[in-house]
Amino acid sequence: MLMINLILILLVGGVLALLSERLGETMPRKVALVVVLVDIVYLLSQLSAMPELTQLQAPVPDDPGTWLMHFKAQWIPAFGIHIEFALDGISLLMVMLTLVLGAIAVSSSWTDVTTKQGFFEANLLWTLAGVLGVFMALDLFLFFLFWEVMLIPMYFMIAIWGHENRGYAAMKFFIFTQASGLLMLVATLALVAVNQNATGVWSFSYFDLLHTSMTEQTGHWLMLGFFIAFVVKLPGFPFHTWLPDAHTQAPTAGSVILAGILLKTGAYGLIRFAVPLFPQAALDFSFVAMMLGVAGVVYGAVLAFAQTDFKRLVAYSSVSHMGFVLLGVYAWNELALQGAVMQMVAHGFSTAALFMIAGSLQERLHTRDMREMGGLWQQMPRMGAVAMFFVVASLGLPGLGNFVAEFLVLLGLFQANPWITAVAALGLITGAIYSLILMQRSFQGEPNARYDNHRLVDFAGREMLTMTVMMVALVVLGLYPQPVLDMAQPVLQSLLELTLVEITP
Amino acid sequence: MNSSQMMALMPILMLSLTAMVLMIQASIKRDQNIAWWITAAGFLLTIWGAGYARDFAQSVTILLEVDDWGLFFSTLIVFASLVCLILSRETFSQEAERKEEYYLLLVLSVLGAVVLIQSSHMASLLLGMELMGVALYAMIAFPEKGELPLEAAIKYLVLSACASAMLLFGFALVYAATGDLTYAGIGAAADLAYGREPLVLMAGSAMILAGLGFKLSVVPFHMWTPDVYQGAPTPVTGFLATVSKGAVFVALSRFYLEAELYQYDTLIAALSVVAVASMLAGNWLALRQNNIKRLLAYSSIAHFGYLLVALIAMSIVQSIAQAQLVADAVTFYLTAYILTSLVAFAVVAQLSGEDDSKSMIDSFDGLFWRHPVQAMGLTVALLSFAGIPLTAGFIGKFYLINVAIQSQLWTLLIALILGSAIGIYYYLRFIFAMSKTSATTVKTQPETNLSAQNVLTTVLLILVLVLGSWPQPFVEFAGRL
Repeated sequence: MLMINLILILLVGGVLALLSERLGETMPRKVALVVVLVDIVYLLSQLSAMPELTQLQAPVPDDPGTWLMHFKAQWIPAFGIHIEFALDGISLLMVMLTLVLGAIAVSSSWTDVTTKQGFFEANLLWTLAGVLGVFMALDLFLFFLFWEVMLIPMYFMIAIWGHENRGYAAMKFFIFTQASGLLMLVATLALVAVNQNATGVWSFSYFDLLHTSMTEQTGHWLMLGFFIAFVVKLPGFPFHTWLPDAHTQAPTAGSVILAGILLKTGAYGLIRFAVPLFPQAALDFSFVAMMLGVAGVVYGAVLAFAQTDFKRLVAYSSVSHMGFVLLGVYAWNELALQGAVMQMVAHGFSTAALFMIAGSLQERLHTRDMREMGGLWQQMPRMGAVAMFFVVASLGLPGLGNFVAEFLVLLGLFQANPWITAVAALGLITGAIYSLILMQRSFQGEPNARYDNHRLVDFAGREMLTMTVMMVALVVLGLYPQPVLDMAQPVLQSLLELTLVEITP
Repeated sequence: MNSSQMMALMPILMLSLTAMVLMIQASIKRDQNIAWWITAAGFLLTIWGAGYARDFAQSVTILLEVDDWGLFFSTLIVFASLVCLILSRETFSQEAERKEEYYLLLVLSVLGAVVLIQSSHMASLLLGMELMGVALYAMIAFPEKGELPLEAAIKYLVLSACASAMLLFGFALVYAATGDLTYAGIGAAADLAYGREPLVLMAGSAMILAGLGFKLSVVPFHMWTPDVYQGAPTPVTGFLATVSKGAVFVALSRFYLEAELYQYDTLIAALSVVAVASMLAGNWLALRQNNIKRLLAYSSIAHFGYLLVALIAMSIVQSIAQAQLVADAVTFYLTAYILTSLVAFAVVAQLSGEDDSKSMIDSFDGLFWRHPVQAMGLTVALLSFAGIPLTAGFIGKFYLINVAIQSQLWTLLIALILGSAIGIYYYLRFIFAMSKTSATTVKTQPETNLSAQNVLTTVLLILVLVLGSWPQPFVEFAGRL
């Protein structure tokens, strides 16, 4: 029940936030913050009921009994559809990330959103609920449902509270993800039909579908359906074009959720579904996937360098960073997968922070154009220092989480394909270039004369608190990543074993 | 005809009775209100009658086949007519001229639809379709002052006449080939006839399908749709989109299945072309529409394209389970489509009234902040049309994709997916318009009182959502039909 409650709290909380607007303009955000915090506390209080996290037994992917938690109830028996949730180390990690970043997103909307606050916070909470569903649902129909439904509140967040070109961006975001989702729906249905032909059971349960035997060609096509849906969300080259628009136009809290959490659903889907369901096809496809990954790393970095819009630059840097995740997943060995998981967490924090800084700048300067910035450190030293921290985190400074992640990916990738590794390593250099350019153009250099007569307000208590949370998280991830690795390790281990058995030598 | 057969005809009898009472009432005292209540009571009685008739399901003469499936759709269609009736009250009360006739026409048109749904013979097919159609021409042209309704009615009349002529010619050819006019008789004699006169049989069936396809407005028989949708009074457009099209599709499915037309590759190929063209052209042409009624017209073209996929899949069915799946898919999709359309037209009728300029996309700006209930209704309807999960439209599409995969109709599946992907764009445009905020919308107090309009929209909206999120009871029910 824990898993259903986690989602229900957010859904009901959203309604409460919507209604609380009648009590006062500022009530919704307080309600939203309380709801997310309650959800976090509730999750933590239930953790003790689970096995000790550091000694997780390796969950056998096809035996739900070995997972941390498992819940299954009838939903639409006519189609063999269940309400089935399960939790293992990776899902738990992602759920925690979602809730923490959710709280941060609420905080970032504190002063950013001025109209229709109730509906905004409600959409924010409903998006979080949808994402939690994606991370925990193990019935493929239910998974698809959450995958699609979480788009609607996100769409509204961009379409209503976004910036100047919001209509276009929201539309593009929705069409890209929805259309690719349809491919996944077709692939899911086909997979279920194939499984039925082989076993006589019509079921959407992940556990029933894991060992579906199919011809090589069928496997390739079905795997592609899933792959495209996930890579669009990731986003991987060449399906990334919705991302810069959506991120740039979204309100700050929307960008935080998009970059911090929504992109991770794509990566999670690859690890959980695309590879384990079709091990042979994934292996055959891995070279292409890795090429796409390395193309994303380099192309995203080059485009990031060329941007003048603060948010757009950060958005393209996401394309580059998520390329590493794609590389890590398709290298499919333990080191690389650990790196990919680590990257999901670290990138969540570092990018969310950068988007918050962009949002704060926009709130103060009413522009995101870096040509109209410069020397902002002088007026806002605290913001400058914070920005410096996250910029160097993003470029992969050793000692911070992102470095660990990218280093692990490259290390694992080297075993799989040294040449691709060599090109991907370029991403670290280009990353340094665009990150430092970002810092230099906005916070350093000559102060822009436009703001001489304005008193720009520096970060204050609420903002510093939020930023500190993320800074501490990144430092801990960088210096002592072991707990995260321990949580993911047993799951990755058993996934690797599962796929090795399936692949015909 | 014995009494049990009379019982089976209960819905038809009830509708006829309502029509007669309405005529008598008009001859005694002309009053719109009384006419409205008589019609509403008549529809409710018909719904009861359809439930009552289930115990007596049988074929009544060779003309009508009363079965659970037909009775279910009769109920649904009378329900849809009831919604249109509620919407009409608002619309027609504003015009001072005499309007009791409108209710009479409505009842006659529904009567035609119910006959059409239960027809098992060419004669009853034609009878039902003409009764429904002729009443509908007058309903479309009912507002006396406007030019658009008149244009729409003439257009519909002329093209309908062509379609009827085509249908009749088709009947003649099929009769010449098989020597029978009942669906089942044609099915039994068709094999032999195909061996003897393949061309006559195929040409005849194709003309019948074309005649019915015109009423369903599938490509290439779709030209009339946007103008008629736009020109007709909105409740009548809703009636046309749900009752008329729904009944014709049920009749088409019956004829197609019982006459076993799915055996013939030529017809399947033709139907496939029509389906793909409808899915793609319908969605493509909807892209640039700024008038919601025209948009719904094009989107309905696409939806009947989707529905044809299920019929085509019948040709490849190998087992009884698969045939059942196809039948369920048709039942579910049609039900979902009718309910969703009702929500959409309920909202449009209540917001736009008869002012054509109010159907334009601009007048939907910021609707969320002005009429939250209506905006929610239209949003859910559009999402259901687009096939987003938790709505009835999604389960319908899920069924169709399932059918297409099981029958391995890859080309049609690709067209379905492409069409759906294009469709998202124009549905989202209206949702985006409704969510726009401006200086004025921030200040206006949202209108959320418990008016009849809001209640109607809410009830329909909940039906669509329940059917989409908890379809099990309905799926079981449809499986037994």
